[in-house]
Formats: sequence, structure tokens, C-alpha cells
Amino acid sequence: MALPLLLGQLLALMGHGGAFYLEVRELEEKCFIQEIPDGTVVIGNYKTELYDPAMEKYQPSPQWINLFVFVKDPENKNLLARQYGPQGSFTFTSQSPGEHQICLHLESIRFALFYDGKLAIHLDMQLGEHTNDYAEFAAKDKLTQLHLRLQQLVEQVELIQKEQEYQRWREERFRQTSESTNQRVLWWSILQTLILVATGVWQMQHLKSFFKAKKLV
Amino acid sequence: MGRAGAHSASAPPPLLLLLLLLLLRAERLRGAELTFELPDSAKQCFHEDVEQGAKFSLDYQVITGGHYDVDCYVEDPLGNTIYRETKKQYDSFTHRAEVKGVYQFCFSNEFSTFSHKTVYFDFQVGDEPPILPDMGNRVTALTQMESACVTIHEALKTVIDSQTHYRLREAQDRARAEDLNSRVSYWSVGETVALFVVSLSQVLLLKSFFTEKRASPRALHS
Repeated sequence: MALPLLLGQLLALMGHGGAFYLEVRELEEKCFIQEIPDGTVVIGNYKTELYDPAMEKYQPSPQWINLFVFVKDPENKNLLARQYGPQGSFTFTSQSPGEHQICLHLESIRFALFYDGKLAIHLDMQLGEHTNDYAEFAAKDKLTQLHLRLQQLVEQVELIQKEQEYQRWREERFRQTSESTNQRVLWWSILQTLILVATGVWQMQHLKSFFKAKKLV
Repeated sequence: MGRAGAHSASAPPPLLLLLLLLLLRAERLRGAELTFELPDSAKQCFHEDVEQGAKFSLDYQVITGGHYDVDCYVEDPLGNTIYRETKKQYDSFTHRAEVKGVYQFCFSNEFSTFSHKTVYFDFQVGDEPPILPDMGNRVTALTQMESACVTIHEALKTVIDSQTHYRLREAQDRARAEDLNSRVSYWSVGETVALFVVSLSQVLLLKSFFTEKRASPRALHS
């Protein structure tokens, strides 16, 4: 009985703003970087608004303004390249650990006279355990509140574990880079000493034979 | 916010309704943890709608680029600058909003002409919402199990936060190490080439001193 009422309030609240927003112009691309371990679910809830100069405030965007989302994984492969409406959410799951690049830009899909309009993108990105909808769990499996709290703790611990594994992978890469630098410095200095000595010897020999030919030595 | 009254068709106890209304007035956790690239001579601003009395905190750190510093300032809806720092590598700022409205926080790289920076920021507003809406303001106290859960949850949040900071610092170091690696390669190749060029030109120059020009020796001899 209370549940529909509660859900209603929750929806009312979510419509009120959401997270921060940034101002963009049409076709201006804004990119964000998320460094995440593999298997992380990322959900981005967004809402776009158009600045109305007459009313001097932002109004919700009309339907012909679309958001293009491009997500690139650490190997520069496209994980997500889609067009979304003026509000909604996009989601992707990371396949490999590392830096993922999320790029957004707005475009009007019909040929509209776009006076230099200002647009605002409200963005709210959630990762890992924040993407769980506990209300859904409660309704589906009829879990008690304590069970839900424990579920949240389990998810948090799993997130920590994943992050630690990712950290181990990163440290290994860091160590490989450092060892490679170390090796390179060592081999190049040896090589350059040899080159230096060889060049010196060649110079002496060449000049000696040159002067001998000139009958100066 | 009068919608609460309109929705209550069947009459729930007035206390529950009051609690719901309180929940509505309560600050919701809004916030973002993002990393973005700031090109040279550019400024990037973010805006956030904050209720009066809400506490918000901004945490930022420069990950790569130049001298790892950035300018940052925070403005309240009336246009007053409530925080301003120049050339900071990392900082943390909390503030209780006195005015309701849109707060703006900006990162500026305008002092740099050729290094673009990667900046991480974590902006949190308000308190964390409960995982189910009716778990928030309970009339009865929490059982021991539930309080233990809450304590563990807070502790785990601290762990996750410190993991984030560690990851950022590691990203910084790793970027520097990779930079060093590539610089060593380029420098070695460049120096080898320079060595060859210099030694060859030394020999040629020396030889040219002793090479007789056709005209002058004839003139000297005769």
C-alpha cells in the first residue's frame, strides 16, 4: 500500500534535478575518463535542457535534440556508440580494466536553425554497487531489510576486491614499464660508449691515413 | 512539494506521512566522481543545484599534465567566490550552502599554454540516501545487527575512498614512468644520430683545412 506512494515520491524527486550539469553548445564534445576494473557496470542518467533567452532559464529539451554517446575502452575499441533521446540513461559494462573514455555531444536531428544556443547536460554516472536497485531486489525476492543491508555490504566488498585486483594488474604494468626503462638506459649507455670509442678510433685512423697521403706525417 | 498530500488516497498514519514529508525535504545525495581532460588555456565549469543548508564537498586532484597544477574556484548563486585557489595539485573543500540555487565550480588551465591536464574531481552534496526509501527516518531504533551493518558500511566507504586516492596517485606515477620510458628512447636515438653527424663533420672539416685549393698554391709557388 505504501510502496506505490513511496515510489511516486522517489520519481518526483528524481525529476527534480538529478546531478550536476555542464553547459555545452551544439556539437561540442565533452569527454570524461573513468578508470575502472573489468566487469564494472556503469549507468549514466542524463537530462538535457535548452536555454530559453526569452525566459532566461533552462527549459527541457525538445524531442529533436539527441545525445550521442561514445565509449572507448583502454584499447581504443568502441564499447558503445549510440544515439539517445533528450533524456534517459545509457549503460555499458567494461570488458577490460583500464581507462575508459566516455564522450558526449548533442546534435539536433532535424535541420533546425540553431542560433548559438546554450544547452545543458545534467549527468549522473553511477558505477558498481550504486547501480543496484534495491527496491527491485526487495520486491522480487521478498528480502527483509537486514538482508538488503547485508546485500549492500557484500556488493561493497566485491567492489573492493575487484579494485584490488585491478590495482595488482596496474602495479605489474608499472613495474614492467620501469624495468623496461631501466633496461633501455643500461643498454643504450653501453651501446653509446662503444659507438663513441669506435667513432674515435675511426676518426684517428682516417685522419692518419689522410695525413700520410698528404705527406705531412 | 505539496504533491505528498495529493498522492495519499488511502489514509496512512499521519506519522508516516510526516516522515515521508521529512524525507522529501531531506537532502538527496547528488554528486559525481569524474575525470576529464582540460585542454591548455581552457576553463571547464560544472553547475549544481544545492538546497539551502545542504553541505557539499569538492575533492579534486590533477592526474597528468605539466606541473600537475590547476586553478579552481567555486561560486555561489549570487556570484560570490566562496573558494579560490591557484596552481593547486590537489585539495578538498567543504561548505554549507547558505543560499539556495545553482553553485558553480570551475577548473581553469588558462595559465598554461601547451600542457593539457587531466583532472579528477569528486563532488558530493548532502547525505547518502538509504537503500530503501522507508529505511531512512525510522521511529524505532536500529537493532544491533542493523547498527553493525551501518558501521561496516561506513568503514567500507572509507576503504573505497582510500582506494580511489591510491589509484589516482598510482595513475600519476605510471604516467610519469611511461613518459620517462619514451623520453629515454627518443633521447638515445637522437644522441646517436648527433654523434654520427658530429664526428663525420669534424673529420670533413679537418680534411678541408688541409685540402689545397687549386688557385692559391700555384699563386704562392710562382
